[in-house]
Amino acid sequence: MGLTFGFKLFPVRGGVHPEDRKQLSASAAIEALPMPSLLHIPLQQHIGAPAEPLVQRGDTVKKGQILARNQGMISAPVHAPTSGRVMGIGGFPAHHASGLSVRTITLKPDGLEEWHESITPEADPFALSPDEIAQRVAAAGIVGMGGATFPSAVKLNLRKRYTLKALVINGAECEPYLTCDDRLMREHSEQVRDGVRLMAQALGVETILFAIEKNKPEAIAAMSEAAAALPHFKVIALPTRYPMGSEKHLVQALTGKETPARGLTADIGIVVHNVATAKAVHDALFLGQPLISRVMTISGGAIKEPRNLLVPLGTPVADLIRACQGFTEEPVRIVSGGPMMGQPLPSTRVPVIKGSNGLLALSAAEVSEKSEMPCIRCASCVSACPCGLVPLEMAATIRNGSLDNSVHLGLLDCIACGSCSFVCPANIPLVQYFNFAKGELASRQRMQHKQGETKRLAEARTARMEEMKRAKKEALLKRKREMEEKKRAEKAQQEQEAQQSKQTETVSTGSAVA
Amino acid sequence: MSDAQPFSAPYIHAPTSVTRTMSLVMIALVPATLFGLYQYGWPAIFLFIITLTTAVVAEGISLRIAGKPIRPFLFDGSALLTGWLLALTLPPWAPWWIAVVGALLAIIVGKQIFGGLGQNLFNPAMVARVALLISFPLEMTLFTSPLPLGSASAPGMIEGLLITLGLGTTPDAITSATILGHFQTELGRGVSVDQIATTTDSIWQLSWGSISGSMGETSALLLLAGGLFLLWQRIITWHIPLAMLSTLFLSAALFHWLDPTHYISPLTHLLSGAAILGAFFIATDLVTSPVSIRGQIVFGIGCGLLTFIIRTWASYPEGVAFAVMLMNSLTPLLDHYLKPRVYGRDRKGVPIQYGEQEENR
Repeated sequence: MGLTFGFKLFPVRGGVHPEDRKQLSASAAIEALPMPSLLHIPLQQHIGAPAEPLVQRGDTVKKGQILARNQGMISAPVHAPTSGRVMGIGGFPAHHASGLSVRTITLKPDGLEEWHESITPEADPFALSPDEIAQRVAAAGIVGMGGATFPSAVKLNLRKRYTLKALVINGAECEPYLTCDDRLMREHSEQVRDGVRLMAQALGVETILFAIEKNKPEAIAAMSEAAAALPHFKVIALPTRYPMGSEKHLVQALTGKETPARGLTADIGIVVHNVATAKAVHDALFLGQPLISRVMTISGGAIKEPRNLLVPLGTPVADLIRACQGFTEEPVRIVSGGPMMGQPLPSTRVPVIKGSNGLLALSAAEVSEKSEMPCIRCASCVSACPCGLVPLEMAATIRNGSLDNSVHLGLLDCIACGSCSFVCPANIPLVQYFNFAKGELASRQRMQHKQGETKRLAEARTARMEEMKRAKKEALLKRKREMEEKKRAEKAQQEQEAQQSKQTETVSTGSAVA
Repeated sequence: MSDAQPFSAPYIHAPTSVTRTMSLVMIALVPATLFGLYQYGWPAIFLFIITLTTAVVAEGISLRIAGKPIRPFLFDGSALLTGWLLALTLPPWAPWWIAVVGALLAIIVGKQIFGGLGQNLFNPAMVARVALLISFPLEMTLFTSPLPLGSASAPGMIEGLLITLGLGTTPDAITSATILGHFQTELGRGVSVDQIATTTDSIWQLSWGSISGSMGETSALLLLAGGLFLLWQRIITWHIPLAMLSTLFLSAALFHWLDPTHYISPLTHLLSGAAILGAFFIATDLVTSPVSIRGQIVFGIGCGLLTFIIRTWASYPEGVAFAVMLMNSLTPLLDHYLKPRVYGRDRKGVPIQYGEQEENR
């Protein structure tokens, strides 16, 4: 159907209009990054349990070969981004603000780019059953590539538990600076389209709503053209407003329905997937290639030549910066993802992972850190909040230390989109307060769980000990009783014997007398 | 790589700041203020300067005593704005000490005692105005007819300074009551509204502001322009002004319709006194008004209704200051009970449920 004019969009509360700064990299076509000299492939690149390694130090692996298998329901396997030799498996700084070390496979590329023999194109993926599609998506290690990194196959299997009506593709890319999805839609519109169709087939839905913000007219045109012949594939132009790409708000804009609190969009019959995920699904099913690389935007005021790069997973971030000719000035912040919800990176040593959509080096002028002032209750945060919260009140309660009250005020309904902090004239780092409280509550919960477990185990141990003691005592008693019985028996026997001998004695004596 | 502390996103920020907010409000006040200063001449100019200076000095001293950093807080513009708003509500030829006492009351009692910027329950300028009105009713109700700068009978610079210092003599002929005061006195004497109206200023005079009144309250049109500027700049939203003015208008209209001889016309209510200034600049004070839309609407309705009630039946001819302060005291309550609905939940906070999907679970 292509571009759908007059598609009825529903109002969404709140939101902000940050300067999008996409022009820095929007005109740069996707280019492949030359293979780095060393790849660090973390075993945890997704939400869920880390993958379990299947290779050992010194092993030679081929491109696309499985390096680590998924374990548990929510997990994803990890594959070799290129052919080479496994240099080791051990701790390496994670792609995370903490920089804590995670289990990582270090791979030295051999430069041959030899594909593993298991990688074979599929003749007609559309002939596959929903289960087969989901199974292949799982085997390809595909996770939500918009940054959430939730294993995609789990989401494709939602049809088993929910009645689904439509697949929504999130092409909003509402974060400023990022252009990787924009470029994918422009340059690979047909592949993205086919990936989307396969996902719809896996979900068992006909209707596809492909939503793109209006600030990407070329992407809208490309996708509309690609989808022109498909009657149920609607390309929808969204108003440009952050956070339009928030899953639940996007669904609200398209359907007018709010996802129930603590629920999934599947509760209202919708599953949302990202553009890059669709491309990965295409590659996995048509080409048989697992997820081993992704498109990233490297941008920001401190980057000399902002680019969109096709990056092998595990590439150190420093290599990306080098590929963009380095810095024009010392960046104030190095951010993974967009500037509104991204994470600060502790160093440029950390590797690229499946969820990395952008790398930003922000200059002092862009960040403009101003000193914090007291809240003037201007309510800018209230009108900016897309979730109907009162951020100023939540922050004040957290500041006072009453975390439980902040939960009553809706802390757990906060999606940390950052709109409130963005508009705050007093520069109050509201999201920092909320993240602190969420982390603190989670650790309290863990602590409580731990305490509960400890108590349970201790009680179980006491019970066990008691049981053992009792058993011992009983055994002892039993033995004693047995002994006594034995003794008694012996005694009885002795007596009997004695009597017998007496009798015989008497007899003999008698006989003797006689 | 910088050594910045890890800190949550966002890493970009809208070009907003407390100083910008305060400055925009002051910019919005400029037309009405210039008109007032021109219309009431040198004494008004001196009074204006004294009020603002005292406010800023009092703020500086308070910050020093409180041990807070002086620079960021003194230059955030909030003290200047408080002084400015207070000055606009003073009789233009009031003596200097009214300005000084008023500014000290506003900054120290109205704001700093509560903990400074953002902490005060009541609008500081209104705290001062009400305190002054109760303490010095004579000085606070002695209004001057317009004597524009350069007009024949207007006091010159020196003369004006003497008036402000309380040394000059104010000719009786040019003092007069405000229109609301005039109505109240005359109605008290049993004169009907129609008869009084023949002796008062026309609606046009009320709109433009060439009447006797407080320094910056008289020009309804210029204040309205300033208010619209604030709406356009998104410093305030329409909810409080519209709720307040429409409530004032409707309640006045109802009573005027029931008994036109005893109740002033709704248009006079809207255009006189501090109605427009109050609706756009005082009731909308960010610190002391509710944060939710529903709270703001209730707040605005309350302000309008109380203004009408006080103007009509209380012993003060002007009610905006009292009305806003009374509603200020309800702000925490309104914020507590009238929160916005959270996404994905109903008004009670229970997650939304869709009947049809229930069975599919």
